[in-house]
Formats: sequence, structure tokens, C-alpha cells
Amino acid sequence: MRVQERIIEGLLWLSAVITILVTIGIIWVLLSESLTFFSEVSVIDFLTDKQWTPLFADKHFGILPLVAGTLLTTAIAIAVALPIGLTIAIYLNTYAPDGFRSAIKPMLEILASIPTVVYGFFALTVVTPFLQSFIPSLAGFNSLSAGMVMGIMIIPMISSLSEDAISAVPKSLREGAYGMGATRLQTAFGVLVPAASSGILVSIILAISRAVGETMIVAIAAGQQPRLTANPLVPVETITTYIVQVSLGDVPHGSLEYRTIFAAGITLFIFTFALNNLSFWIRKKYQEKYD
Amino acid sequence: MTNSELNRLKDKAFQWFGIFCTLIGLVVLGIFLINILIDGLGRIDWEFLNNLPSRRAHRAGIYTAWIGTLWILTLSSLIAFPLGIAAGVYLEEYGKKNRLSNFLEVNISNLAGVPSIIYGLLGLEIFGRVFGLGGSLLTGALTLALLILPIIIVTTREAIKAVPRSIRDASFALGASKWQTIWYQVLPASFGGVLTGVILALSRAVGEAAPLIVIGALAYVPFAPKSPLDEFTVLPIQIFNWISRPQAAFATNAAAAIIILLIITFTLNGIAVYLRYRWQKRVKW
Repeated sequence: MRVQERIIEGLLWLSAVITILVTIGIIWVLLSESLTFFSEVSVIDFLTDKQWTPLFADKHFGILPLVAGTLLTTAIAIAVALPIGLTIAIYLNTYAPDGFRSAIKPMLEILASIPTVVYGFFALTVVTPFLQSFIPSLAGFNSLSAGMVMGIMIIPMISSLSEDAISAVPKSLREGAYGMGATRLQTAFGVLVPAASSGILVSIILAISRAVGETMIVAIAAGQQPRLTANPLVPVETITTYIVQVSLGDVPHGSLEYRTIFAAGITLFIFTFALNNLSFWIRKKYQEKYD
Repeated sequence: MTNSELNRLKDKAFQWFGIFCTLIGLVVLGIFLINILIDGLGRIDWEFLNNLPSRRAHRAGIYTAWIGTLWILTLSSLIAFPLGIAAGVYLEEYGKKNRLSNFLEVNISNLAGVPSIIYGLLGLEIFGRVFGLGGSLLTGALTLALLILPIIIVTTREAIKAVPRSIRDASFALGASKWQTIWYQVLPASFGGVLTGVILALSRAVGEAAPLIVIGALAYVPFAPKSPLDEFTVLPIQIFNWISRPQAAFATNAAAAIIILLIITFTLNGIAVYLRYRWQKRVKW
């Protein structure tokens, strides 16, 4: 009996420890391939060269254009999702009747559950033609519509995490504000949002991390032309799109071109890893403690 | 106008802005779904579901794609469910508050935040090359299993956490061992919650294209896979492939395939929402 219990506990322990192996596996794969890559391409070139043309005859390995494309689409997504998501959070928390709130929350979650390839189709075939009727210079592939659609996808992420943070603000603070004669709007922006600011910040950081790693929307709608630009009307290429582009092609294994996807991958991993850990840190350090 | 009237007006204005923001996402979603239905619904028929891929848009079907999706879902469930539930049980019931369990917790949150395409790179190297499985179904299933593992672990833990202490104490008092308590009391009591998490994880896996593209799943597979070592394609990759083609007829195919994919995703999510609702309603500790 005792032995059996020990064996079961051992097996359960092993399942939990496999998650550590996954992390080690990811880091090992990214590091080992990119170290070989960086023995052929200098890190300085990688970080400072303004061109990314590993698949052309005249090869340049500057990651900046891919990073710029990633940051541009992410910035557009956040510019859409943050005001809308935060307003939804405040509205649902302080204005909406209970019935409406409990009906609308699962419906918003639908936005996050739709496969991203579907959003990509939407961006390419609906949003881009629609925007082109206002902005004739908009290219068929552009970061504007990809970013906007990505923003719609991450609205529920910001709204639900921010709403959790706002609901965690103790009732006494809210009633104190109402007692002083503040309106709901004044209470929301004068008391609730400042009190929940760390939680709201965490939701924004997680949303950024999600947008940075998003692949299919940008691969379909933002184009495949690495370009160091802040112009949202022209095609760009994100880090994730580049990895997809190479994976679809016939790049021989073990070649320098093959290793570029791991160099791009480790760049992406560093970004998301830093953002995720920043969010844990903020949550731990700045979480307001009310008694 | 007095100050207080102005403030009341602003308050009212923000209320309308709030309603507008809440609805805008749903309205966009609605427009999109209607658009897809208009584009694709007429294309769906028995042949579309049963035809092999083809260069000619009107003869192409999604047979290999949905068979591949079915395979991938089954295999990755078989791998990820036992592992994820076991890890969740360990962390909640056995893991003492020591450095290892703290590290495991941080590590799992971190894994949940790793972009799916990075899992693709992991699968490409470890399962595809080191294990020598290439771009097979098994590589894809293992990769997606690791991707959904954090979701399953987190929801399993939450479900187990909701089981009250008194149930465990009663079981121990009757002389049950720790594992007997977990197996006969805690797991059945948390079954609804665990199942909800598992289904949500499946709905995540069914829509993933990026990691499978990276491991080398093909867009064009002439035959449906027959064993876990065969090459494969899945619905999202087939859709991506059709979207990337210039001809309008392929866009119609993509819309039709998207309808099928959305039916699967919404069904899974619907089941999860229903289960959560029923489970919350029935169980009152």
C-alpha cells in the first residue's frame, strides 16, 4: 500500500517536472541554433544592420526591420484595444446592470476564442478593402488593418483582467467617493483606476506580450517585406511572419538561412519572456494591500 | 450650467461611450460572421467535405484537413490530458510550499505566455529532428500537447482548489490513504471543472496553425493520414493556404472552411461554458 502510494506520488511529481523540461528544451533549442548562427553573423550586425535579406543573394542579417514591424503592429493593436478594453472594464464594473454584465462577459470571451487564421482572413478581405475606401494609398498588405484586427482580438484580455483589478478595489473606497458627492465617472477615474493601476498595467503588458507573439493575423494581412518604417500603410514583416515564411519554403536544414529562424525566435522569446516576468513582478510588488 | 450639472452630463456621456465600446467588438464580430456566411455557405456541400485537395478551386475539398485535425486533437489529448491533470494534482495536493513548487508555478505561468510559434521551433528540433519523427502527426500532436499543457494544469488546479477541506478530512477519517482520497473523492468532485479546462484547451489546439506550419505540416497532402507517422495537414493550415492564393475562388473555399472551423470552435466553447454553468449550479458545498 505504502509502496503504491509512493509510486503514484512519484509519477505525479514527474508530470509536474516535465514542465521544467519543456522550458529547458525551448531555451536549449533556441540557444544552440542561434549560437551557431552568431558564430557566422556578428551580433553587432544582427542588432544594428538596417536590412534583413537572408534569403537574397546580397545577404543582410539586421533584425531591426523585423522588430520594427512587430512593434508597429503591436502598437496599433494596443492603441485599439486599450481605450476600448479599459472603457468596457469601467463600464461593466460601475455602470452596467448585473444581468447585462453576466450576459456580455461570455460574449466578449468569444472574441478571444476565434482562431487567429480566421482573424487574418477578416483583416485581409474585409478590413483592408474597407479602409482603402478612405485611404486610397493603403497597400493590399499593411500593418494598419492587421494591427486593428489584432486589437479587436485582445480587447477581452484587457477588459476582463482590468475588470478583475477594478472589482478588487475595496467597496469602502468606492462608497467614500460616492459619499463625497462624486459621480460614477469621477469615482472611476479619480479612485478606482488609480487604485487598480497595477492590475490594469499587468493586463496591458500581457496584451502586448500576446500581440508580439501573434502570428497568423500578421502573416496573412501585414505582408512579407521586412522594412524599417513607422508607416502603417505599407507592407511590413514581423518576426513571427518571417519564421512562417521560411518554414513554408524549401530552406535546407543546417544552412545559415535555416538558423535565422532560431535567431529570430530567440529575439521573440526574449521580448515575451521579459514582458511576462515584468508583469509577475509588478503584480507581486505593487499589488495594493487593503485590509 | 453649474458644475454639478456638467459633471452629471459627463457621467451620462461616458455611460453611452461605455455601451458603444462594449458593443463595437460584438458588432464587428457580427459583420464578420455574416460576411463569412455569405461568402462560404453556398460552397459547403457533401463533396466539399469529402474531396481531396486540388489545384482547381471548385474541385478542392477539406477531407484531408478535417481528418488531420481529428487525428491531431485525439493524439494531443491522449498526451496532454493525463500529464496536465497529473501535474495539476501534484501541485495542488502534494506540492509543499518549497522552492521547487514555487519555481514550478512561475515556470508554468511563463510557459503559458510563450508564443505558440516558439513551441513550433521546439517541436521542429526536438520531436522532428532529435526523435526523428519529421513532419508527422506525432510531431504535431506532441508539439500541441506541450502548448496546451499549461492551460490544463492551471484549470485542474483551480477545480481541485474549489473542493472543500471537509471532504478530504472526512475521507481521511474513514481511513482512506492520500491517493484514495484524491481518486475517489477529490477528482470526482472536481470533474466538471477539470473537464471544462480540458475542452477549452482542445478549442485552443483546434485553431492553431503557426506551430504546425513550423514543424513542417504541409498545405498539400494528397491522402488522408492513416497512422501517427504520416504527413498531415489541418483545417487552419488549409485555410491559410487558400487565403494566400490570388484567385477569388480559393477565397470562397477559405470562407467555407472557416465556417467548418468556427462550428468546431464554437461547439467546444459552448460545451465548456455549459459545463461550467451546470457544475457551478449543482455543486453547493
